[in-house]
Amino acid sequence: MRDFARLLERLAFTPGRNAKLDALADYLRHAPDPERGYALAALTGELDLGRAQPAVLRAMVGERVDPELFALSYDYVGDLAETIALIWPGDGEPGALDLPHVVETLQDTPKIRTGPVIADWLDRLAPSERYALLKLATGGLRVGVSARLARMALARLGGPSLEEIEEIWHGLAPPYRALFDWIEGGEKPERAGLAPFRPVMLSTPIDREGLDALDPAEFAAEWKWDGIRVQAVAEGGERRLYSRTGEDISGAFPDIVAHMGFEGALDGELLVRRGDQVAPFGDLQKRLGRKSPGKALLASHPAALRLYDVLLWEDEDLRALPFDTRRERLEAAVADLNPERFDVSEVLPFGAWDDLAALRAAPPQVVIEGVMLKRRDTPYMAGRPKGPWFKWKRDPRLIDAVVLYAQRGHGKRSGFYSDFTFGVWEDEALVPVGKAYSGFTDEELRRLDRFVRNHTVDRFGPVRALSPALVVEVAFEGLNRSTRHKSGVAMRFPRISRIRWDKPAAEADRIETLREMLDGGED
Amino acid sequence: MSDPILIPRPEGLYCPQGDFFIDPSRPVARALITHGHADHARAGHGAVLATRQTLEIMAIRYGADFAGQRQAYEAPLRLGEVTVSFHPAGHVLGSAQIAVEAGGQRIVASGDYARVSNPSCAPFEPVPCDIFISEATFALPVFRHPDPAQEMEKLLASMRAAPERPHLIGAYALGKAQRVIMLAREAGYDAPIYIHGALQRLCDYHIEQGVPLGELRPATMDKAEAGGLREALVIAPPSAFASPWVQRFADPVIGFASGWMQIRARARQRGVELPLVISDHVDWEDLTRTVTEIDPAELWITHGREEALMRWAELEGRRARPLHLVGYEEEPE
Repeated sequence: MRDFARLLERLAFTPGRNAKLDALADYLRHAPDPERGYALAALTGELDLGRAQPAVLRAMVGERVDPELFALSYDYVGDLAETIALIWPGDGEPGALDLPHVVETLQDTPKIRTGPVIADWLDRLAPSERYALLKLATGGLRVGVSARLARMALARLGGPSLEEIEEIWHGLAPPYRALFDWIEGGEKPERAGLAPFRPVMLSTPIDREGLDALDPAEFAAEWKWDGIRVQAVAEGGERRLYSRTGEDISGAFPDIVAHMGFEGALDGELLVRRGDQVAPFGDLQKRLGRKSPGKALLASHPAALRLYDVLLWEDEDLRALPFDTRRERLEAAVADLNPERFDVSEVLPFGAWDDLAALRAAPPQVVIEGVMLKRRDTPYMAGRPKGPWFKWKRDPRLIDAVVLYAQRGHGKRSGFYSDFTFGVWEDEALVPVGKAYSGFTDEELRRLDRFVRNHTVDRFGPVRALSPALVVEVAFEGLNRSTRHKSGVAMRFPRISRIRWDKPAAEADRIETLREMLDGGED
Repeated sequence: MSDPILIPRPEGLYCPQGDFFIDPSRPVARALITHGHADHARAGHGAVLATRQTLEIMAIRYGADFAGQRQAYEAPLRLGEVTVSFHPAGHVLGSAQIAVEAGGQRIVASGDYARVSNPSCAPFEPVPCDIFISEATFALPVFRHPDPAQEMEKLLASMRAAPERPHLIGAYALGKAQRVIMLAREAGYDAPIYIHGALQRLCDYHIEQGVPLGELRPATMDKAEAGGLREALVIAPPSAFASPWVQRFADPVIGFASGWMQIRARARQRGVELPLVISDHVDWEDLTRTVTEIDPAELWITHGREEALMRWAELEGRRARPLHLVGYEEEPE
C-alpha cells in the first residue's frame, strides 16, 4: 500500500498532465504484479469494490474517537476519508498490507462485513496509507487520471504504442497481467471481447498556404462536422459505440445501437440530426451528459451518425485499402442501413484549392467547422500520421473583451498571473463570458503580470479582481447556449489571440454581439 | 481560586500586580515578549523584557529603536508584586515561556511551543503551575505531525527524481527557514542552499548564535542566472511566491514547509506541489501530553482551535477556559 499511497499523493499535488504521466509511468515500471494492475484499475475507476458507505465509516470511527472531536475535525478538513485517515488512533506500520491483498479481500467480503475489515486494516496502516485505503474502499480516488491518461502512461513503458494498447484495451480485466507481460516483451494478448475498439485515424491542421504544396487531384474533401468522432462496432451480436479515445458510450445512445444490425466497424461523426438539419453542438452535449437518456430526450434530440470511413466489413479488414476503395465499400454498406440513423459524409467536388476555399467560406450548414482533406491513395492508419489527412478549419470567431479577473498559473507559468476571466459589456456593466490562459509570449506574460499587479482592486483567495482597463481579442470556435453562465453563452475553445494594449475598455464588444451569433443560428 | 494574576484584556494578557502585558497586540507601556514572531513581538512598546535573543531578533526586524527601553532576561526578577521567570519553549531561537508568580500561585504563559527536537533552541521545559496557558494552533486530533526527518527525505527524494527543476520551498523567515536548512544538513545535503533576500539577516543571526547552517547563497540572482539553476534548493518566505521574484526560476517545484500542509486542501489552495509537514508548534498529541504532564489546576486556551481543546479537557475532567485573545494570526508572520 505504501507505494500506491505515494503515487496518489504525487498525482493529487502535481498540477501538470505531463508530470502526472511521469508519476504514473514511474510507478507502473517499478510496482510488482498484480499490484500495479489493481492500482491502474482503481485509478481509472474500473475496480468495483462495493463502495463502503459514509455512514459505515462514520460508525467505525465513532467507536474510536469522540464524536464531537471528530465533527470539529471533519468540519476543518472537509474530506471524510482524509479526516478518518488522520484521526484514526495509532501510528500503524508503513507497508503492513499490500494492495492486492486489500483489493482481493474487499472483492470477497460481503458488504455487511466491510466495516470491521476496514477498521482492522486502519489499525495496521500508517496515515497516508489509510487515506489510500479509504479512497479505494469508497470508490472516490479522483486524482485526475482518466483511462486514456493511464493508457498513455502504459505506452511510455517502452513496449507497445498507445494505438496498439487501445486496440486490445477493451476485453482486458484487472489486474491486466497479460497486458503487462506483453509490455515487457511477452506475447500480445488475444483479444478477449467481441466488438473491440480500433484506434482511429486523426488529421493534422493545415492552412491556405500549406495547401499550395499539395496536389488537389490527390485529395478528397469532405465537410468537417461539429459533433464528436465515434466508432460504431458490431460483431457477433455485440454492439458498441466508442468515442475516439476508446471510451464505450453505447449506453447513452440506444437509438444508434438499436440500428447497428451489421457486422463491421464504421467511423463517423455523432450528431443530433432532425431530418436534414444537423443540430448545434449544444444539442449533442445534452445527449452526452445523460448516461441513460429518457424517452422524451430521445425523441427531441435524435442521434445520428454521419459516416466517414469503414474499417471492417463482414469479417474483412479494409484498413489496408486506399481511401477511394474504402469509400466505395462504405457507400455500398450504408445502402442497407436505416437512413434516419446513418448516412455518408458527402465528398465535395472541387478542382483547384481556390474552389475549395470558396466552399469553405460558405458552408451550407452552420454546424460545419471547416473541411477535411484525405489523400485518396492512403490506408486507414492508427494515430495522427502527418500527410494523409488534414483539417482546414474555418477561421475562428473573434471578439474584443475586457479582462476582469486573474489567477496565477502553474508549471512553467508559476508565479505569473496568466489565467484570465474576461467579459463584455451588458448595458453599463461587464458580464463574464469566458476564461483563457494560453497564447502568450514570455514578454507578454511579464507585461500582463505587471498589469495585473498594478490594477488589482480586490482579492478573493488566489483570484484578483482587476479594474476594467485591458482589452484582449479572444478567438473561439463556437458558442453554446448556457444556463450555467450569467451571460447565457459559453464559448468553445476560447484563447487570447491578441492583447489590445491600445484599445480602451469602453470600446470592447457588447453581449448583443455574442447573442447575435447564437440567434443568427450561426452556431 | 483567588483573583488570578493574569487577566485577558483586548490588548493581550495583563498582570495588574506587576503592571505589564505578555505579547500584547497593541503598543503598551510595559511588555514581556515570549518570542520574536511578528504576531507576538510588535514594535512600539514603552519597555520590553524578553530573552536576549528575542530582543536581538526584534532589533533585526524593527530596527534598534523598536521600544523605549529593552531589558534582557537573565534570572527570575520582581516586577511590582509578582515574580517573573523565563523558561525554554522549544519553538524558535530565543523563545521562552513566561511564568508569573504571586501569593503562592503560578501561571505559565507558554506563548508558542513545541516538543520535537529543534537544534536552534533549548528544549521545552515543563514548569509546574496552577494555570497553564496554551496555544491551540494545531489543536485538532487530525494534526499529528510526522517525523521532520522523514519530510526532509521527501524533499530530497523529489530533488533526485526531478533534478532538472529547482525546488523552491516556502518557509517563514524566523525559525522555519533555518529549521528546513538544518534538516537538510542533518540529512546529508551539503551543497550550497539558496535563500531569498528577506531571510538573509535572520539566517546570519542564527549562524552568529552558533546554529550551523552550512553554505548559504543569496537567491537574488537575475533571471538569466536563475533560469539556469537546475538542481537547487531555494528557501523563501511564503510572501515571495506571490511576487515577481518567483518568475526568475524555470519550471520550479513549489514546496511549503508548514504544519498546515498535513491537510491536502490547504496545500492545493496554495498551489503547493510538494507539501512538507514541518511545524514548530505542538501537534495534538504533544499538546495533550504536555497538559497531562504539567497537570495544571486550570488550562487557559489562546489562539487557534479552542473548541476541540475545550472538548478534550471536558472529556478528561479538566478545568479549562478559552481566552479569546485577538491579534494572533493563524499562520505566524
